Amino acid sequence: MAVMVGKGAMTNSIEELAGTDLLLVAGSNTTEAHPVISLRMKRAVRNGAKLIVVDPRKTELTRWATRYLQINIGTDIPLFNAIAHVMIKEGLYDREYVAKRTEGFEELTRHLEFYTPEYASQICGITVQDIVDTAREYAAASGKAAICYTLGITEHSCGSHNVQSIANLGMLGGNFGKENAGVNPLRGQNNVQGASDSGALPTDLPGYQKIERPGVREKFEKVWKTDLPKRRGITKITAMDQMLRGRVRGVYIMGENTVVSDPNTNHAQAALEATDFIVVQDIFMTDTAKLADVILPAGSFAESEGTFANSERRVQRVRAAIKPVGEARTDVDILLDIMQRFGVNQNLKNARDVWDEMRSLAPIFTGISYERLEREGGIQWPCPDETHPGTQYLHKDEMDSGMPGYFAPVDHIPPAEQTDSEYPLILTTGRRRSTYHTGTQTGRASGFDLLVPSELAEINPYDAEQLELRDGELIIVSSRRGSVKVPVKITDRSPHGTVFMSFAFPELTQTNRLTSDAFDFITETPEFKACAVRVNKINTPK
Amino acid sequence: MTTEVNKKLNVEINGINVGCNTETRVLDAIRSAGFDVPTLCYDERIGPQGTCRLCLVDTAVDGKTQQVAACTAFTADNMKVETHSDSIKRYRKTLLELLLSETSSPNACPKCLSFKKCELHTATEEYDAKWDAFPPLVPRKKADDPNPFIQRDYDYCISCFRCTNVCNDWEQASAITVKDRGQSNSIASYFKNNLLDSPCTFCGQCINTCPTGALTDKKIVNKTKANKLERTQSICPYCGVGCGIHLLTQNGELKGTEPDFSAPSRGSLCVKGQFASWEFVNNDERLKYPLIKEQGKFRRGSWDEALDLIKDNFTKIREESGPDSLVCWSSARTVTEANYLMQKFARVGIGTNNIDNCSRT
Repeated sequence: MAVMVGKGAMTNSIEELAGTDLLLVAGSNTTEAHPVISLRMKRAVRNGAKLIVVDPRKTELTRWATRYLQINIGTDIPLFNAIAHVMIKEGLYDREYVAKRTEGFEELTRHLEFYTPEYASQICGITVQDIVDTAREYAAASGKAAICYTLGITEHSCGSHNVQSIANLGMLGGNFGKENAGVNPLRGQNNVQGASDSGALPTDLPGYQKIERPGVREKFEKVWKTDLPKRRGITKITAMDQMLRGRVRGVYIMGENTVVSDPNTNHAQAALEATDFIVVQDIFMTDTAKLADVILPAGSFAESEGTFANSERRVQRVRAAIKPVGEARTDVDILLDIMQRFGVNQNLKNARDVWDEMRSLAPIFTGISYERLEREGGIQWPCPDETHPGTQYLHKDEMDSGMPGYFAPVDHIPPAEQTDSEYPLILTTGRRRSTYHTGTQTGRASGFDLLVPSELAEINPYDAEQLELRDGELIIVSSRRGSVKVPVKITDRSPHGTVFMSFAFPELTQTNRLTSDAFDFITETPEFKACAVRVNKINTPK
Repeated sequence: MTTEVNKKLNVEINGINVGCNTETRVLDAIRSAGFDVPTLCYDERIGPQGTCRLCLVDTAVDGKTQQVAACTAFTADNMKVETHSDSIKRYRKTLLELLLSETSSPNACPKCLSFKKCELHTATEEYDAKWDAFPPLVPRKKADDPNPFIQRDYDYCISCFRCTNVCNDWEQASAITVKDRGQSNSIASYFKNNLLDSPCTFCGQCINTCPTGALTDKKIVNKTKANKLERTQSICPYCGVGCGIHLLTQNGELKGTEPDFSAPSRGSLCVKGQFASWEFVNNDERLKYPLIKEQGKFRRGSWDEALDLIKDNFTKIREESGPDSLVCWSSARTVTEANYLMQKFARVGIGTNNIDNCSRT
């Protein structure tokens, strides 16, 4: 989305969702993954808004949906292209907006010529009528229609094209830069936004300033008093391949359980084992930490000062309530110490100093000071100076990029791994409400075993009957990369031919031993949402 | 009609003038003037119910006087509001004493003892209401519910229905409802009234809206002392919504969390933020000192030893294979400031742009 309008962040605010006329929620199990955001969606429906849910799984949110589109896994582009096709064909798009704020409409129109609802319907499994009605409803709510999406859209090998096909709709409907509208990726982890904001990216310095853009590096070199590397760095996915080739020999991992959370566990583990020197900084002995040469004990959020940036670009203060346990130290303290040992000359003593340096170098945060956060609570970037109130929604008068919004003519790309007679089912992974990620934190909360006791492979009743499975029985799920044991849960939440699992119980079920190493070729986001698997009964005497 | 909405009204609260528009409720005007009245059935997220009647105030418009429930009534031009007249105070006291007569003793209120003075007992003190002013009724029964999260001491229930309203209107979980009428009513769920068998998602919103000690966090109640508890404002460590929480500490020890109603999340949390955001911090398995691997086994090391070892090894690899043979992976779980330092360490300390975070996975 960044290439089309400027920034890959939620365009609008969470609270605004309650005031929309139409919500199109794609690939987001919102009631379980973002329960508090789903409250605003449910509120919107109660206020009379339409809610269109696009998901292969019949998620809980479909109970509130006014229209549910049960899409075949990995066929988002044909659907969204066909919706755009109908909007253009029937003249339902926002003509004035498209003329004034966008570019590439003619190319898009030509490109979408053959994405008729009839054609798309054959690929994505949604009826022609549903596609046409969705286009009409979305267009009718022009200016008050919000799209929300999450990893169900991005965790595909064509993830960034999926996003672009959605952003096309946003522009056709004239929904960028308006209140209660927009195109909104809901961020997964507490500080995903902040991690990227801070410049922990191979291509960007703090505040999304491109290393390779003239003048940017020089600005940082002046303040940091050193020459900076000119060439962009490598992503995690690339780095793991380079580890296996001996080109990356040392890694410093802060607060991440790579082995369990990354796709194709065996590959991730082999990559780290091939590395000469591994540093892990974490709060628990994770499976990744076990592979380290040095483990640094870090402070948890309750022991740290600093900020998190949430999904709606809101910078909020995190405060220490207790001292770190034992000899543990906060991430900020550890890094300040280690940088001193590496001869980095800087006059920073605590989180506030670090934030002040960051906001002095990154214009989108310049107006956000700790004093203001203390006084006013969270502030949404961009916030260029201290009199600026923060930005409730992006792209108000013009696209954030300062350029017109570019339409992206994108094509359908099927998931990298297809089913066959040996691996006839599709595994799609995701989250459950009462567990978080790899379970290092929720696994340690009392009572949570009563909510979801273990990993469960959710399978449609039809498939279960074919495979002669009983609810709760232990099965083996195998892919081309590995296999795991897991109890089966028979439920029509899973469509035919699909197995759903999370990855929160790595002690017993390492789901990512199964997942594919295919990834999006632009963002290198792994394709967690589709790989081919087979299910076998564990043979027990009758 | 649109002109009406934006029209400014002159309203006087206890002699203080405040500007309102036609959609302002009397309660909001009172609060904006810096006054307050007890509101035991009111939660701003679900709007006014007008059932507890404790927010009753005297109003006068052009000489016409009226007593209205501040939560439901709208302001009008030239309205004069008096919130604490003698007759209203007497009325509130009597009403509170009637409520107290159907609950157990204020001295044993679980919320007042373990968290902070509950809304009912705060009002009780303010209006000097007596628990035994009226013949006591038999309090409602505590729910015998084995769920590990929500304690349901309904002997403190005053039938304000905030819990059922939050559950049905705000969360739309529809896990609890009101059973029976009048004095014999109760808050109930399906089957044997066990929340684990209901659609309850354990978001904890019923606990947080309850104005009495009827609903409390089972993991914390009876383990803390309200007068020793300190609160630190922070953010839930789980998903990207970033709901506000308060960390509860007692004698330097983390004892639990509560939602922060002043944050944009307006007090909402989910089961993780409500019930799983602090125990892991105190877990025995936390890493407590640096560990260094020797012959495949970890041994305890000092910070100096560990950090120097990193310096020596990274420097050696950099000299042999160049800075791009090293990579740093930052974390979407920790604070932005640590992420900033990690990328600066990679770029300035090591000399590579090989810095990435876990946002892709």
